[in-house]
Amino acid sequence: MATTTHEPPKIEPPRDPVGQDGGGGGWRNLVPADGTMRDVQQYSPPPASLGVWVGMAAITMSFAAFTSALIVRQGASPDWRHFTLPSILYFDTLVLLASSVTLELGRRRVAAFMGGLRSQAAPPAKWLYITLFLGLIFVAGQYVAWLQLKSQGLYLATNPSSSFFYVLTAAHALHVLGGLGGLVRVIRKLGKSVLRRSTLDATSYYWHFMDVLWLYLLLLLWSKM
Amino acid sequence: MAKLFAVTIFVIAIASAVPILMHTWPMPVDISTHGPLIDEQMADTMAEAGIAFLAAQIILAFFIWKFSGRPKDAKIGHFPGGAMALVIAAFLLVGTEVLALGVFGTKAWAAVYFTPPAADSMPIQVQAGQFAFYFRYPGPDGKFGTIHPDKIDEGNQNFFGLDPANDPAAKDDIVTAEMAMPVNKEVHLLMHSKDLGHSFYVRELRVQQDFVPGLDLSLHFTANKIGKYEIVCTQLCGLGHYNMKAYLEVMSQTDFDSWLKQQAANQ
Amino acid sequence: MHDMSAHAAQHHAPTSFIRKYIFSLDHKVIGKQYYGLALIAVYIGMAISWLMRFHLAWTNARIPGLQWLSSVGAPGGLMTPEYYLELMTMHGTIMVFFVLTTAPFAGFGNFFLPIQVGAEDMPFPRFNMMSFWITFVAFCVLMSAFFVGDGPPLSGWTAYAPLSAVGAIAGPGQGTGQVLWAISIALFCVGQLLGSLNFITTTLDLRTKGMTLMRMPLTVWAWFITSCMGLTAFAVLLPACILLILDHVAGTSFFIASGLVINDKMLPHSGGSTLLWQHLFWFFGHPEVYIAIVPGVGIVSHVLITNMRRPLLSHKVMIGCMGALAFLSYMVYGHHMFVSGMNPFSGLVFSFPTLVITIPATIIVLIWIFSLYGSKLRINSASLFALGFISMFVSGGVSGFFLAQPSLDIYLHATYFVVGHFHMVMAVAALFGIFTGTYFWFPKMTGHMMNESLGKLHFWLTFVGTYAIFMPFHYLGMAGNVRRYQAFVDDYMQPLLGVHKFITIAALLTGAAQLIFLYNLIHSRFRGAPAPPNPWEATSLEWTMPSPPPFDNFGGKHPVVYHDPYQYGIEGSSNDYVMQDSPEQIHTVRDEK
Repeated sequence: MATTTHEPPKIEPPRDPVGQDGGGGGWRNLVPADGTMRDVQQYSPPPASLGVWVGMAAITMSFAAFTSALIVRQGASPDWRHFTLPSILYFDTLVLLASSVTLELGRRRVAAFMGGLRSQAAPPAKWLYITLFLGLIFVAGQYVAWLQLKSQGLYLATNPSSSFFYVLTAAHALHVLGGLGGLVRVIRKLGKSVLRRSTLDATSYYWHFMDVLWLYLLLLLWSKM
Repeated sequence: MAKLFAVTIFVIAIASAVPILMHTWPMPVDISTHGPLIDEQMADTMAEAGIAFLAAQIILAFFIWKFSGRPKDAKIGHFPGGAMALVIAAFLLVGTEVLALGVFGTKAWAAVYFTPPAADSMPIQVQAGQFAFYFRYPGPDGKFGTIHPDKIDEGNQNFFGLDPANDPAAKDDIVTAEMAMPVNKEVHLLMHSKDLGHSFYVRELRVQQDFVPGLDLSLHFTANKIGKYEIVCTQLCGLGHYNMKAYLEVMSQTDFDSWLKQQAANQ
Repeated sequence: MHDMSAHAAQHHAPTSFIRKYIFSLDHKVIGKQYYGLALIAVYIGMAISWLMRFHLAWTNARIPGLQWLSSVGAPGGLMTPEYYLELMTMHGTIMVFFVLTTAPFAGFGNFFLPIQVGAEDMPFPRFNMMSFWITFVAFCVLMSAFFVGDGPPLSGWTAYAPLSAVGAIAGPGQGTGQVLWAISIALFCVGQLLGSLNFITTTLDLRTKGMTLMRMPLTVWAWFITSCMGLTAFAVLLPACILLILDHVAGTSFFIASGLVINDKMLPHSGGSTLLWQHLFWFFGHPEVYIAIVPGVGIVSHVLITNMRRPLLSHKVMIGCMGALAFLSYMVYGHHMFVSGMNPFSGLVFSFPTLVITIPATIIVLIWIFSLYGSKLRINSASLFALGFISMFVSGGVSGFFLAQPSLDIYLHATYFVVGHFHMVMAVAALFGIFTGTYFWFPKMTGHMMNESLGKLHFWLTFVGTYAIFMPFHYLGMAGNVRRYQAFVDDYMQPLLGVHKFITIAALLTGAAQLIFLYNLIHSRFRGAPAPPNPWEATSLEWTMPSPPPFDNFGGKHPVVYHDPYQYGIEGSSNDYVMQDSPEQIHTVRDEK
């Protein structure tokens, strides 16, 4: 084997219906009480995929709590002041949407590479780097949005509307940073040829979820601010 | 060991019921017109909860007595009816019980909260603050002066932040440290919090309601027994919470009128 | 090739001390760490309750040495009113979060959930490790409130705003102490969210061959249901804590209304909603009560079945009832707020599901009690505590009939009736669940048997003592004794002081009995007889492996499960039980119709 070529990342072995004892479990098959095995084993997703859905459920719950707090607080007293959203938010939105597209491009390429469909020397990380870059732009853009608000004299404690603006955007930005961390991990693992397909998928689901969450927040902020 | 345990459960169950049956530590006598509904509901609930409590504990004790330490070759018995019987029993018995309690309990709740105060009810305002209650009567004009939080000055006895110089309605307001009300006359209590969450609890009146800062609530009730009763704070409000109380005096109409006159003179 | 080596590295036991015992990725070590944390926390919480009880009964007596803990809070050993409230806050917070949530759920759950479903470990061991260490830091932050600023907060474990939000002006401990409290709880939420994530994923994805959902032991079901509740409840408390912290340190007005005047000073805040905190808190708070008790329900069922030598009357109904409790727990939280100033119609709306929740709870109790019928009950420390749990659960449960009704809550709210109710049904019952689990699983966790005589002595003193403490609370509440008072100075409650003295003596004695338990734990850990793999003749997977289990649980193999979890009372078999992984052919004992 030539030392210069990268070895393709290991693909999850296809789930063998019989005698898979070495894996991480994950069997939803039925063994009848009389002890005879039936081949009714089903494919069970690797934990990372389920884990990310569970995590997304928790995040959804948290943002639902923030939303209900916002609605209750707005109704609690007439001191709610409306303001125009910083225009950079719309640019940020485009950037984030674009990053989802690039990530999806990257994911398809890596998946094809892992499946051995493309004979290529190096793992195709280019699109992943672009996604990472766009993600950073988004966070920086959010920071600029805060600066714009500040220059209008709207601080965290100025009015409940600005309080919620900062809290919601900051909470979302933190979660995006978490996603960026996940992306860095994916790129590193890809470089070391130890990336699992499920990790890649889970990270990209999370990223798309951040996208959807942001669209929701933008709509909420746009209608309430 | 198991038999001793069974007996212990039995004894504890009976002993727990004794103070209730003997009325060792009774509820104080009710003095309100809506109270009998609550007391009746309380008694019904006590009877049903008590029966459920005793039945469950005694059956538990009996089964522990009966089925522990059986020989190794003893057969496992089967409860006739199985789980389905229990589920049906639970739905029928407990379901009816809670439904009945819920429906009848609504009557008592409605008596307190869903009836509007009578048109001729007497307005009294109560303000809760760390750690005292103050009461305010509107005076002859029947109007309360506006509260100005920035004018509150306890050192100068301006507990409500009134501005009698510019506010004619505030001029004749009577502020007191204890609450008096005429017997058999409905009072409309307007509740205002100066600082934090507090609560207005008069055991004998069967009344408890939190003060919500920023949200003025009201209660209405009628007392039908003359006497002096305690008003205590039941919402944790700080280090002096345990000492936050005032008195409620229920008087005859004539006593009340002269009391109010005297208070007005003291302003 | 890299992948293979990484894979192998994951399954070799770590050798360094730090990796093995401190920053361990092994779910069993993490489970023990959680249990250890709960153990430290419960004794601190108990010592605090001793101080509080002593102060309530003998308000003007000095407690020698207390001045060393806080020279301001207890000058010369005489507890100040604010120090009483601070201790009360810490007692509640420590017990609810760091004992009742950590021990039965995170502690036993971490150790036994993967084993009982036949998995090697949790799917995300790093998250699992972080979950514990974040919880540990949360505990340290909470404890630090004793030593910084002017002490811990005094706003109770519910931290009602605006008392908890306006800062130091509201009283001692409301500045730094309250912020530390909020940070601690926020961290705790993060820790438990990570834990719940692992629990859910393990249960759904890492079950071994043949481990269908209905073949999972009731403990697994209980932990799974609890983690679903934890995932949603803690995800709501976390934002609430963040908003509370911001009100404190950033001057926002989420929970602080306008025009509040404290010490003749008007606060600069405007328009916040006081009730918002209560809504967010109790949306978490009520499921939290079930987070504390549902693992206990699972553990008690598991232990009781083993000692009755028969399955419960219905496995499925039991699971359904636990699920119903969890589901309903989200619809009832408003019953904490009947007199809080909520719309009175909401009071009625919340009252009905609260009353309805007694139905699944009743079915659970009936199934336990009537499963005893015809059984071959074995009496040992574990089964005694399990039976004691049932008795407590009933006693604490029936008072729920009262508190579920808004009309009775008018009188009983904020009295000792409430204190008696939740201590019995949540605190003591959950503690009995922890004791049950400890006596049952200690041999598996440590490889040593516990001392049975000491265990039984501990049980008797605890069982009788608990009733002696908490039953009188109900009588006090009926008589109108209000809670969260540091002294009963008024004329009305003075005559009830005798009852308080009786309770205090009972509490001191019952607390002392817990030292027997502590001694038994430590002594048996080192001197206890070696434990066989299956001392209780039980059927679930944890008993198929040596005690304590090896690092990789099943020795690199995956067990195959052939049977329902509780195959006891098998006729015609050499034993009266068949283990889940035994290929023996039997007539399955199923639900009785």
